[in-house]
Amino acid sequence: MTDEVARLQAWRSLTQARIGLGRSGASLATRDVLGFALDHARARDAVHSPLDTEALGREVRDLGFDTVHVTSLAQDRQTYLARPDLGARLSSQAVAVLHDTERCQPDLAIVLADGLSSQALRHAAPVLGHLRQPLLDEGWRLAPVVIATQARVALADEIGAELNAAMVLVLIGERPGMSSPDSLGAYLTWNPMVGRTNAERNCVSNIRTEGLQPAAAAETLLWLIREARRGALTGLGLKDLSGLTAISPT
Amino acid sequence: MSRWSHSDLKTLMAKASPLRSGDQLAGLAAQSAEESITARMALADQPLSRFLNEPLIAYEQDEVTRLIIDSHDMAAFAPISSLSVGGFRDWLLSDAVDGAVLAAVAPGVTPEMAAAVSKIMRNQDLILVAAKIRVATRFRSTVGLKGRLSSRLQPNHPTDDPSGILASMVDGLLLGSGDAVIGVNPASDNLQVLGGLVEMMADVIHRFEIPTQSCVLTHVTSSLALIEQGRPVDLVFQSIAGTEGANAAFGVNLNLLRDAQQAAQSLGRNPHGGQVMYFETGQGTALSSGAHHGVDQQTLEARAYGVARAFDPFLVNTVVGFIGPEYLFDGKQIIRAGLEDHFCGKLLGLPIGCDVCYTNHAEADQDDMDVLLTLLAAAGVNFIMGVPGADDIMLNYQSTSFHDTLYARRLLNLRPAPEFEAWLEAVGIADAQGLLRTPEPKHPLLQVLP
Repeated sequence: MTDEVARLQAWRSLTQARIGLGRSGASLATRDVLGFALDHARARDAVHSPLDTEALGREVRDLGFDTVHVTSLAQDRQTYLARPDLGARLSSQAVAVLHDTERCQPDLAIVLADGLSSQALRHAAPVLGHLRQPLLDEGWRLAPVVIATQARVALADEIGAELNAAMVLVLIGERPGMSSPDSLGAYLTWNPMVGRTNAERNCVSNIRTEGLQPAAAAETLLWLIREARRGALTGLGLKDLSGLTAISPT
Repeated sequence: MSRWSHSDLKTLMAKASPLRSGDQLAGLAAQSAEESITARMALADQPLSRFLNEPLIAYEQDEVTRLIIDSHDMAAFAPISSLSVGGFRDWLLSDAVDGAVLAAVAPGVTPEMAAAVSKIMRNQDLILVAAKIRVATRFRSTVGLKGRLSSRLQPNHPTDDPSGILASMVDGLLLGSGDAVIGVNPASDNLQVLGGLVEMMADVIHRFEIPTQSCVLTHVTSSLALIEQGRPVDLVFQSIAGTEGANAAFGVNLNLLRDAQQAAQSLGRNPHGGQVMYFETGQGTALSSGAHHGVDQQTLEARAYGVARAFDPFLVNTVVGFIGPEYLFDGKQIIRAGLEDHFCGKLLGLPIGCDVCYTNHAEADQDDMDVLLTLLAAAGVNFIMGVPGADDIMLNYQSTSFHDTLYARRLLNLRPAPEFEAWLEAVGIADAQGLLRTPEPKHPLLQVLP
């Protein structure tokens, strides 16, 4: 390896940013143009591919949970993207489905939501796998896991309220980045009801293979879940106790 | 036109606005294509003077309205005072109206007048009129001169790692970017981290005598704290919006901005005077904070420029596609909004640039950005962003790259800011014709890396 190549590689290793790209005249070289297009295509596919609710449901039931599937008021992807307000409210069928779900005044309801990346939900079952046993050991009453499509974070508020849950945890596909099309976010909300704001939630983000590992995410979530019940709150008050980073609005 | 004869200005403006998802989300958009055009025809007939008598948001309720009304210059307004909105469009496009005439009339144009006329202008009108207007500002470089296109070097890093930021800075400088500002969006709001970034950028600028300025794009209160600590803050950044309520959601008001401006000016770091502010804006911010008062998002964006011009800014940047598809759905809406924002900014006398950008959930791609970039460069935009490979790994969106700046300069025969152009040649990055050289591995800039 020449000194020149070594120096270039050392330079590029300082950041994941796309530095040190060559030029064809004033423009990018072919390889870099197509590489960028591929990353963008993957991010687009992550936004637009529908969540395979059947497969996810099987995965979650294999862990020992019951499942139920609901949809928001956004009837298709186009509507979902343009109308965040509709993605935050349950369809009438979904309300009926949740009404039929057995009432047990659960301590915790868990929602798996497609959000902006259905591919991120590949990390959901591993997180649930790490959460289940500790919660059962501590005697937590869990509602059936709700799989929600065309769903925003705030949809979990209505789901939690319909299930009469003390708190709700939603695992949701985050807005895909060019190098992170499958990043999962987790939001925890005490006393869920329609109209809660992001300041009243706690967030654990960037759950993915190259980011926060599912086991580590579950550990943080367990801490938050226990502390939320102890203090009967989530949001800024709980964040101050944990020293976790601030929530970012979606 | 009887459909509109009893309509208030606010409703007429919203219905006349070219279609965009944010106005639909707010329930303000026209319900049909025909309704939109008849509203435009009715708007064209409104006298400009009506905007002085009928504020869209009440004077008593909103300090932005009070700023706009109280600072309006009746003498500057005189040449256009008898015109209708439609007549104003014809006047702007007329051969007799040049940059000097437009600069003289600017203090007489309110943001609402600018927004109104933009709604009845086609894209080519927005480009042609904006191209008449030059608004040059000076710090260590002069940005906005005719025949020049500058860029903000945006070396963001997800954990604010100084080495990573420095690596992107060097990359951008070697590709001729950074003559408007080297401006980093920090992930952290920790003052130690922010102060370290301010010092690092100031050191590089000083060591290599680069005729540019730096900015850490943090909240104005953090910049005030950095100034109090004695950090070398060149430009104070703040996101602003077009209503008092939306600004409150950003944690700012006019008094706080005034304090920050005076604090930065007191450092005396601008060798040419008091231009020390860097503002960012974007359509949809007021709706997203629930403070839109039933006014359409493009008019509110123009009102944000009314805020900006009260502070004689060095740079104003409309971050046009960052907010997402619920406000600007696709490439067509982003392109239109970018041209409107640039036009309104220039008409109001602002040194405006544009972050030509989109998110991965918008119906847009690099081809759309190429179109907007080319149109804005033709319209004389002051500056665009320079992000390594157009991929911002901290903010997770796509903007324009260093190469995109080179493309636009090459196509339209535009050059960097004159001081920066001379520096590029002096340090061997560009040749005497302004063509970039392939950087030598021993180039001093590459030696600053760890």
